[in-house]
Amino acid sequence: MTTPALSRRDLEFLLYEWLDIESLTQRERFAEHSRETFDAVLELSAEIATKHFATHNKAGDQTEPYMDEEGRVVLIPEIGAALQVLAEAGLVAASFDEELGGMQLPITVARACMTWLQAANAATSSYPLLAFANANLLAAHGTPEQVAEWAVPVIEGRYFGTMALSEPDAGSSLGDLTTTGHPQEDGTYRLTGTKMWISGGDHELGENIVHLVLARTPDAPAGVKGLSLFIVPKWLHDADGAPAERNDVTLAGLNHKMGNRGTTNTLLNFGEGRFTPGGKAGAVGYLLGERHQGLTYMFHMMNEARIGVGALATALGYAGYRQAVDYAKVRRQGRALGEKDPATPPIAIIGHADVRRMLLEQKAYVEGALALVLYSSKLVDEERTATDDAERRDATLLLDILTPITKSWPSQWGLRANDLAIQVHGGYGYTRDFDVEQFYRDNRLNPIHEGSHGVQGLDLLGRKVTMHGGAALELLLGRMLATVERAASVGGDAAEQGRMLRASVERIRETTQRLWGQGDPALALANSSVYLEAVGHVVVAWLWLEQRLAAGEKEGDFYEGKRRAASFFFGWELPKTNAQFDLLDSLDRTTLDMQPAWF
Amino acid sequence: MKIVVLIKQVPDTYGERKLTSEGLVDRDASDAIIDEISERALEVALQRKDSDKATEVVVLSMGPAEAKDALRKALSMGADAAFHVLDDALVASDIGWTATTLAAAIRHIGDVDLVIAGDATTDGRGGVVPAMIAEHLGLSHLAAVDGLEIGAAVSGSQATESGSRTVHAPLPAIVSITESADEARFPNFKGIMTAKRKPLTVVSLADLGVDPSFPELARSVIVSTAERPPREGGRKVVDEGNAAAELVEFLASQRLISAGSAKGV
Ligand SMILES: Cc1cc2nc3c(=O)[nH]c(=O)nc-3n(C[C@H](O)[C@H](O)[C@H](O)COP(=O)(O)OP(=O)(O)OC[C@H]3O[C@@H](n4cnc5c(N)ncnc54)[C@H](O)[C@@H]3O)c2cc1C
Repeated sequence: MTTPALSRRDLEFLLYEWLDIESLTQRERFAEHSRETFDAVLELSAEIATKHFATHNKAGDQTEPYMDEEGRVVLIPEIGAALQVLAEAGLVAASFDEELGGMQLPITVARACMTWLQAANAATSSYPLLAFANANLLAAHGTPEQVAEWAVPVIEGRYFGTMALSEPDAGSSLGDLTTTGHPQEDGTYRLTGTKMWISGGDHELGENIVHLVLARTPDAPAGVKGLSLFIVPKWLHDADGAPAERNDVTLAGLNHKMGNRGTTNTLLNFGEGRFTPGGKAGAVGYLLGERHQGLTYMFHMMNEARIGVGALATALGYAGYRQAVDYAKVRRQGRALGEKDPATPPIAIIGHADVRRMLLEQKAYVEGALALVLYSSKLVDEERTATDDAERRDATLLLDILTPITKSWPSQWGLRANDLAIQVHGGYGYTRDFDVEQFYRDNRLNPIHEGSHGVQGLDLLGRKVTMHGGAALELLLGRMLATVERAASVGGDAAEQGRMLRASVERIRETTQRLWGQGDPALALANSSVYLEAVGHVVVAWLWLEQRLAAGEKEGDFYEGKRRAASFFFGWELPKTNAQFDLLDSLDRTTLDMQPAWF
Repeated sequence: MKIVVLIKQVPDTYGERKLTSEGLVDRDASDAIIDEISERALEVALQRKDSDKATEVVVLSMGPAEAKDALRKALSMGADAAFHVLDDALVASDIGWTATTLAAAIRHIGDVDLVIAGDATTDGRGGVVPAMIAEHLGLSHLAAVDGLEIGAAVSGSQATESGSRTVHAPLPAIVSITESADEARFPNFKGIMTAKRKPLTVVSLADLGVDPSFPELARSVIVSTAERPPREGGRKVVDEGNAAAELVEFLASQRLISAGSAKGV
């Protein structure tokens, strides 16, 4: 039987023993829930992931989507079958309001459920995750009619959705988007332009595809302030609300990717005139919310979308880690140091200290990343259901500052975990007979999309750290120090780790002041990726200390594993940040001064 | 029609399955799940309920406190009610005690038309509990049935050494199904939420009127346990012109083919 991609035990520990997710059931929104319903949906997700998602992970990678003669996308049938099972189970709808057919499941639990699917099959999981993000945005900003017409079928699993932002010449810099929505007399718009990289942009998996397209109106100001958001369905509805006429959205091509191959990734032309809805060219679109507010709406959902990417990166790292552990227990090679007799049987490679180092690194990364993703998800729940303004404000601030880290840290270190999982497998890991090379390829996307690694660094240091006079950073550091206090009262190794964390908190404070105190923003931001990575490591060290405290002195292999991984992170990983803070403190100008001609 | 489905919670086959020093299943060593064969038995009952809404499906499990998770899951899949026999005196029960207890529970549930069970659990693999319950309750019994049809009577086919035979029995009856039965449905989210409101009754041996010392019932006890020996290296057949003959000789020696059929080579 195949290795499960995540660990139920670890999820239970994080959700119940650490985050005390059960306490959410005291909030009105979640009153119908209990530990029992949480356990049941988690188990359901694990089962669907194992039986219907993991089973075609390799097939989806080996058989890339292609276009048939009629220009339709062909996918392996297992993808559709798995999504059908998922729709019947009602998992995509789970965290939506009851009125929309949802179950008001806390986002934290829904996130854990989705992580199962991501770990089992990253590519197939993208379809429901995009659908979720799309419906979430529509439900938040659409009119009741728009929600009923376009979001509900997505929530029900009949339609799929996309987020269409990027263009061939505008990826990180959305202000340069050129796709245009021309207003029509009947209040609708006609869109023209080209969108690049659109995941799930075309396929035959459902009855329809609802594109949420970021575009500008002809009168719009330049830059990001001129962007509006449009609902552009692949099929336009007839009077009864059924898909009837083909909209002028055409698939210009499929991108051939390194990984995540089962997710179609498309170049879409809007308004090229291949189809002529209502007798004329132009893709029919409906404005969502107000004009020129498009990016604000997008940003509204950005935190959740970025946590989703962090979760994907974590999931893939986790899946590789679990396979590496299983492999290391059965692969026999070499003998214990000091065993000179060649007649003795070889030992399992997990008996070698260096292999255990590689497994420990992976454990520290993926379990740390999962803690980060779930912690941030819980902030979304707290923000949403806060009963007083102070709680809501704190949750929002923490979420804002943690989001770039929750997106980028797992993307960097989950990938590193996949690299190590290949290493543990030796030559076999480099072949396609094992899964770990695919995990690596699939995971390589995550530092690129949804705001690249560099963009996250700029976001953290350039915006999040300075906003509201540094209130978010202070709040975050305060939370860390509160953990340090708890650790001090416990004593022993936890208290020692607390002392190390306190020193790191001081370093963050000093370095941030030094960077912003010298007066030149270009210099401050020149090394923002280093800042992102250093602060990220401190945050995860904090969450390892939190896990260490949650494990307490409880007995058993699981808890011993948590304690050892926490001490590994503090002993091996956290000290690395000192070199990073030193570099930042030196206000190093190397990257600023380097000239293109010198490369 | 009232159908009782016997549900057993077992260690996940993925995990390392271990025994405690007393020879009992080490429940901490791996995740506990509903035995897949129990799920299939439930699926058979639920399909009957799909076609005849008047069918009432009751799931019954004897097991430690965690077994309630298995019962909850069965409720979320669509069963109407659950019974959990929970009693400290049942720790280390053997097949005889188990069958006696389950029979008493079925009597306690009352008015049962049909009991459906799996043919053998993945952990114990005894495969005789249904037959023993039949004996206790005087029910007709069909063992290891494929393609179970439920109507005024029950029927299906049984694999035999040389083929299969059709069998049927009047109700009330107890039937065990095989892995050929349909894979179980998943619970859906609505089912999970409604399961919370369905009855899950916990009963003790006293509630069932069973004497916890099981007088006059012999019980097997575990005297000692040993780990399965590690797998030995296989045998390599190198083709030096006579590999086919060697393979046949090997298969015959393992009784995987009969020597007679090997003769023609
Ligand atoms: C598989 C895949 C799926 C995707 N799915 C979608 C989707 O569904 N919808 C969608 O809208 N988009 C999607 N994207 C697009 C994705 O969001 C963009 O690729 C990403 O935003 C980067 O844009 P780019 O590719 O144009 O790179 P560029 O913006 O050209 O960036 C190239 C490099 O320059 C750096 N850089 C750029 N600007 C700056 C700056 N100001 N300061 C410092 N460094 C900078 C970047 O960090 C990066 O390293 C997808 C991409 C891929 C690969």
